[in-house]
Amino acid sequence: MTTAIRVDHLGKRYRIGAAQTKFRYGMMRELIVDVAMTPVRLAQALMGRGMRGSGATSFIWALKDISFDVEEGKVLGIVGRNGAGKSTLLKILSRVTEPTEGTVAVRGRVGSLLEVGTGFHPELTGRENIYLNGAILGMKRTEIESKFDEIVDFSEVSQFIDTPVKRYSSGMYLRLAFAVAAHLEPEILVVDEVLAVGDAEFQKKCLGKMGDVAQQGRTVLFVSHNMSAILRLTQEAIVLKKGQLIKRAPSQEAVDFYLSSGQAETGERVWEPDEIPASAAPFKPIALRLKDKTGKIADTVRSIEPVTLEWEYQLDAPLTGLRVGLYLSTMRGEYIFTAFDTDDAKQYEQFGARKAGRYVSRCTIPADFFNEGRYSLGVNASSFGVRRYFMDENALSFNVDVSGAPGMQWPEPRQGPVRPRLNWKIEKVE
Amino acid sequence: MAKSIELVHHPETIFIKPSTGLAALNLRDLWTYRELVYFMIWRDIKVRYKQTMLGAAWALIQPVLTMLVFNFIFNGGIAKVQTDSNVPYPIFSYTALLPWGLFTAALNTASRSLTSNQNMVTKIYFPRLVLPLASVLGGLVDFAIAFVILIGLMIYYKVTPTPAIWTLPLFLLLTVITALGVALWLSAINVQYRDVNYVLPFLTQFWLFITPVAYSAKVISEKWSFVYSLNPMAGVVNGFRWALLGTNTGPDMNMAISIGVALLFLISGLFYFRGMEKTFADTI
Repeated sequence: MTTAIRVDHLGKRYRIGAAQTKFRYGMMRELIVDVAMTPVRLAQALMGRGMRGSGATSFIWALKDISFDVEEGKVLGIVGRNGAGKSTLLKILSRVTEPTEGTVAVRGRVGSLLEVGTGFHPELTGRENIYLNGAILGMKRTEIESKFDEIVDFSEVSQFIDTPVKRYSSGMYLRLAFAVAAHLEPEILVVDEVLAVGDAEFQKKCLGKMGDVAQQGRTVLFVSHNMSAILRLTQEAIVLKKGQLIKRAPSQEAVDFYLSSGQAETGERVWEPDEIPASAAPFKPIALRLKDKTGKIADTVRSIEPVTLEWEYQLDAPLTGLRVGLYLSTMRGEYIFTAFDTDDAKQYEQFGARKAGRYVSRCTIPADFFNEGRYSLGVNASSFGVRRYFMDENALSFNVDVSGAPGMQWPEPRQGPVRPRLNWKIEKVE
Repeated sequence: MAKSIELVHHPETIFIKPSTGLAALNLRDLWTYRELVYFMIWRDIKVRYKQTMLGAAWALIQPVLTMLVFNFIFNGGIAKVQTDSNVPYPIFSYTALLPWGLFTAALNTASRSLTSNQNMVTKIYFPRLVLPLASVLGGLVDFAIAFVILIGLMIYYKVTPTPAIWTLPLFLLLTVITALGVALWLSAINVQYRDVNYVLPFLTQFWLFITPVAYSAKVISEKWSFVYSLNPMAGVVNGFRWALLGTNTGPDMNMAISIGVALLFLISGLFYFRGMEKTFADTI
């Protein structure tokens, strides 16, 4: 056995800008101030202090002192909650960004299933995009040519291979993109959350491909929030917490440790003070919770039961015209809906202006709404046309279980993010 | 330990670590990705005139229309500009508009190449130099199309090319070097400061005034000729006219200065770009 990846005291520091208080009171006045401040900013930029660096620039370590080895042919799982540094680690390994300290030695080409479809051009045909995307991923022209038929077969879009991809459905687009990435055959494969993308059948295909890669003796790094996938596909896993490696163990032990240490995604998102930008003031998010029928906080909910979403927050000063709301989207990034607590005109009259204090905005999504899969909840607090106080497009994600939903007698994945129970009437027409 | 020593000494091992000091140019990396340069050029050309009615004809229309406008304004319509050796004004200005059009198109697309391919920059590793380089080289196709008109004009005005026509590719190379050199600076700055997008139109307009496109370089007084030759595009335009129309005296000291400045742009741009490259994915 030889080592394929060696990570040695790796650290990555990001600069986070100083508190931005731009455009707070009204556009015109702020614009004038903005113009007047130009010489100051210019001077700061020339002195290398960066944009709008009003002296309060601070740094965060997205990764700190990470060291581990991976042997060739091993599948290593990486778990940790959002912001633990998983994506940063993968970005460094795939050389997209440079570490601030430490070194990584990798043997061979690093491929990634995170970047499916990067560089695809909507005006080009499927065929043209295969060549382009292959080149972007680092394949030689001859390599693409020899694998071309295989890629087309795998993508199941051979009929439309000479059609511009802007005419493709999102499913076709994704399949083609994945097919190219899957045929890169890198020595080291990096997979990030790909399981959350696409329909169930497609996910199965991705997993299968990952298994093949590992069996061919190549090394895989697998990042997922899905603990059962981690257990099924990896022998060993590392746990990251706030940029540090806190555990490396056989997968079962690592997953147990992760789940019991209370950092797993539990259907609740609590905002720590350092996660709230100063520009949000006087709005302060506290927690976003997902509750099942019994009122228990849940990470997985059933499609056939209603789900309650609640967002708790604090206002440090009274606000007018306020609306506090949610975005619901699929993990692929397609929006399902946007809704605000003061959407109703009467509600807006009563709560548009809110005194300082602690509030909860709560709503219920009716039963028979969700289809199977993983969904993402975003939050937004704003005064329309005045200012957006706080926004997090991916505050919380959760799973939906469809047992008992309509059409379950057929064991097939259903297209679309919703699965309503419709009142079908069937009559015989003479 | 034996295992990791093996990894460290393996020829295929890539080391990822913070770069220090002046970043090495590492042009070998660019060479391994030469096919990507080709594919990016090919993509840009394929999509450039997609969903336009006139298609690639735009490559002809732009310089020809500019030439007609110049001809109207500077050739008797409003003002009368003296050309070199009494060459007809249309061919005189078109000879300059060819490299000028290449230069502005290359400068503009290349300076925006990193920001307009943002998702590639933030998601995949490849030598970032590929993007501005492909943008600049992609302009050569439009240049070639527009060149056909020049041949037509030369036949019409019965202008025989000079024996020095073989030097034309060298002046073309000088155009590419100048555009790439300036674009390397601007594209890297553009990653953090989008002000570049507002500077570009102003810059190209200003640059046109200090380049002898509409007028002859002869009108520049002796006193200013040194300062004037600091503009590599002045050298390019004079070179084009010399090689094609036989005007001017040919490469002289001023030309050497132009070439020197262009190379200075390119080399300093390469180092600046390489130095900033590591932060592109984080700041874009």
